[in-house]
Amino acid sequence: MNAMNGSLAPPTITELPPTTRISLRTADPAAVASALGIKLPVKVGVRAAAGVRTALCLGPDEWLLEVPEAESAMLAAALADLAGRMPLSAVEISDREVTLALAGRAVLDLLATGCPRDLARMPVGSGARTLFDTAQVVLTREGEDRFHLTVRRSYAPHVRALLHIAVRELEIGL
Amino acid sequence: MLLIRCPYCEQDLPELEFAYAGEAHIARPQDPSKLTDEEWRDYLFIRSNPRGHHFERWRHINGCARFFNAVRETVSDRFLLTYRAGEPRPDISGLTGGSE
Repeated sequence: MNAMNGSLAPPTITELPPTTRISLRTADPAAVASALGIKLPVKVGVRAAAGVRTALCLGPDEWLLEVPEAESAMLAAALADLAGRMPLSAVEISDREVTLALAGRAVLDLLATGCPRDLARMPVGSGARTLFDTAQVVLTREGEDRFHLTVRRSYAPHVRALLHIAVRELEIGL
Repeated sequence: MLLIRCPYCEQDLPELEFAYAGEAHIARPQDPSKLTDEEWRDYLFIRSNPRGHHFERWRHINGCARFFNAVRETVSDRFLLTYRAGEPRPDISGLTGGSE
């Protein structure tokens, strides 16, 4: 069925360097957005970007903020200031997960080996929390054939091993 | 695999992302200490278990993590409707489909 993939270069898997991640929960995204200078999209799956900062809406009141490590202290101070004025939960989860960059023409086939979602319908620039095999992951689509897969550190060896097996299978045209 | 519509994500998503969470629209008694043992037993354990349309709670645990309610036809396993938690029990008399 996927014989044609044998002629394509197999997808590559690269671990990305650490970045600062914040799990943010609030009932008033507009107030937080104006204080942080980054839009918080209210539709689940939509990601907003302001320069290198991104905010991905994971649930109706939940966002995943990603900023470079250099801005970590600034963001923490801004959130702490905000938390004094309104109900807010901001938890730094930078070390909880690792992000794998998956790229290549057959990347959808690669992800289809473990993810039950129809990722072909996922728009570029959006993201979602979903499953890969039995591990909960956050997938973001960075380009037509580029995804970032963020998975808990303790599940990473399992997910990575499955991805490497799938890459090998795609490589030999299975 | 079943596709279930999450009313918060507004998408049809695979069943694997969801978890079943029991019958819906069962309100916890305001003052449990006033209840007889039988009433409390009924609240805790007695469920309708219908053959046909079942109102039930689901959670999009591997997604937006929200609880919501669904109407499922227990014979065909077809989902007729999903709606957000806290909304009143919908009128399903106009809905067709289900038993086959």
